[in-house]
Amino acid sequence: MSTTQILANRIRQNALKMVHRAKASHIGSALSITDILAVLYGEVMNFNPADQDYKLRDRFILSKGHACVAVYSTLAEVGFIPKEQLETYGDDFSWLMNHISHKVNGVEFSTGSLGHGLPFGVGKALAAKARGETWRTFVLLSDGEMDEGTNWEALMFAAHHKLTNLTAIIDYNKLQSLDSVANTLGLEPLVDKLKAFGCAVHEIDGHDHRLIAEALLSSIADEKPTVIVAHTIKGKGVSFMENRVEWHYKNPNDEQLTKALAELEMTYA
Amino acid sequence: MRNAFINELVAAAEINDNIALVVGDLGFSVVEPFATRFPKRFFNAGVAEQNMMGLSAGLASEGFHVFAYSIANFPTFRCAEQIRNDVDYHNLPVTVVAVGGGLAYGNLGYSHHAVQDYALIRSMPNMLIAAPGDPMEARACMRYLINNPQPSYLRLGKAGEPCIHAEIPEVSPGKWLAIREGEKGGVSYLTTGATLELVNQLLTQRPDLKSCSLNSMPLWSMKLKEAQAQQVENFEKIITVEDHLMDGGFGSWLLEATSIRPELLARIKIKSLNSKVCGMVGKQYTLNMLGGLSEKIVAIL
Repeated sequence: MSTTQILANRIRQNALKMVHRAKASHIGSALSITDILAVLYGEVMNFNPADQDYKLRDRFILSKGHACVAVYSTLAEVGFIPKEQLETYGDDFSWLMNHISHKVNGVEFSTGSLGHGLPFGVGKALAAKARGETWRTFVLLSDGEMDEGTNWEALMFAAHHKLTNLTAIIDYNKLQSLDSVANTLGLEPLVDKLKAFGCAVHEIDGHDHRLIAEALLSSIADEKPTVIVAHTIKGKGVSFMENRVEWHYKNPNDEQLTKALAELEMTYA
Repeated sequence: MRNAFINELVAAAEINDNIALVVGDLGFSVVEPFATRFPKRFFNAGVAEQNMMGLSAGLASEGFHVFAYSIANFPTFRCAEQIRNDVDYHNLPVTVVAVGGGLAYGNLGYSHHAVQDYALIRSMPNMLIAAPGDPMEARACMRYLINNPQPSYLRLGKAGEPCIHAEIPEVSPGKWLAIREGEKGGVSYLTTGATLELVNQLLTQRPDLKSCSLNSMPLWSMKLKEAQAQQVENFEKIITVEDHLMDGGFGSWLLEATSIRPELLARIKIKSLNSKVCGMVGKQYTLNMLGGLSEKIVAIL
């Protein structure tokens, strides 16, 4: 197993334990982005856990803030926050809120209302470009979130200003909050739309670490803002959660947690 | 006021590399001096205010003090959540600039009437409202904001407002700025924004109001309520005047601030716009009259 796969497995385990303990929602959304996070933090991004404001760090923004357990868990694994802190997730007065919070070490931006991360990331990328700095900005969005007009406003701006230092990753798990994307507001032809908006588009399997790394690393050469359309599975890694809308809301009971953790052990054994 | 704003901004940008101007495809014949002088720090976000405010917050998170400029309700209500979540919550130095405060664009219809903006902005805990009453106060507010970058809202009129102050006054948040001395402990008018001119004129013209003093408060916010009751106590009566609806407005703010001293509440009288102006069209003066900001009504102590 590669280093990033070990990291992904740990992120999944932590995330499951966190939502179980806190009786919180959105585990399906968190498992869906775990491999992307593992590759970003395990292989691609430049950062310094001892200094969250390290000037040359790459900036990561989770626009689908409800999937925060995956990010908190990643930050604990790479050393931004102590692992014990994960146990405070969702507690009264905990900084680890149920939507991603900038009050947590290593988090750039709080979200929770969809459609905010990309415009904010555009501002960061614009700042880097204006100052001639070489760090990159990564924004991770959900597919349902692409219903928000702000994302398309931001893409138009990014393309117009040739923000080649901006990479948006769309977690295309095909499930929204109530139903499938196709039955809610169809996004297809998504790749064509993104290209028409002036973006360089990479379409990949969002669970294949090699492909994720290739797309993230090679996109630095794109002459347009990059969008990675990552085909994913909501609930990835836990058989009974995969592709099931209800795991947008449900949290695992004791028995389900044991079963889920056992599956993860087996998958990655 | 628009010119005072842009002149101050250009002067500040000359010595501070972190000042940026983002516009929502508006500002013709206003923003050019900045855009020409600092093209790398001037961005036209197009007709897309939510993205404009989001990216302004992003720029601000990297150390820029961003002035996000548009007119009337576009940089406020259209992107209210971006101001709330991205700017105010993250405590970022973005100054939202709206020209056409109150009924300055009266002829352009309800879409362009900014008579609920205080209500929106003052509900956000970190936002500082800057509502200058004349070009001098506009310069003073700009200097304050540039020296103290923070989430803020600058409400401007249009152009051509007369100067009430002879020079640029010293302003500080929550402080009442004395414009006219009256009878000590008597009646004082207290204005914010463009109504300064209206009241100043009234007090000049009406000998029977000679004993009234006039104060303006260009800088105020949720955080600045605490000290207000003490200032109210200095007068027998306070008459607040604003070109905004009473609901969520400046007078209501002062009442809320004074509620810690209930015995003082009866001293406060609010002159604001009646909601019957909503949906009506006309010149600023005409609509202010219709809404209750006529000399006659404002003069009733």
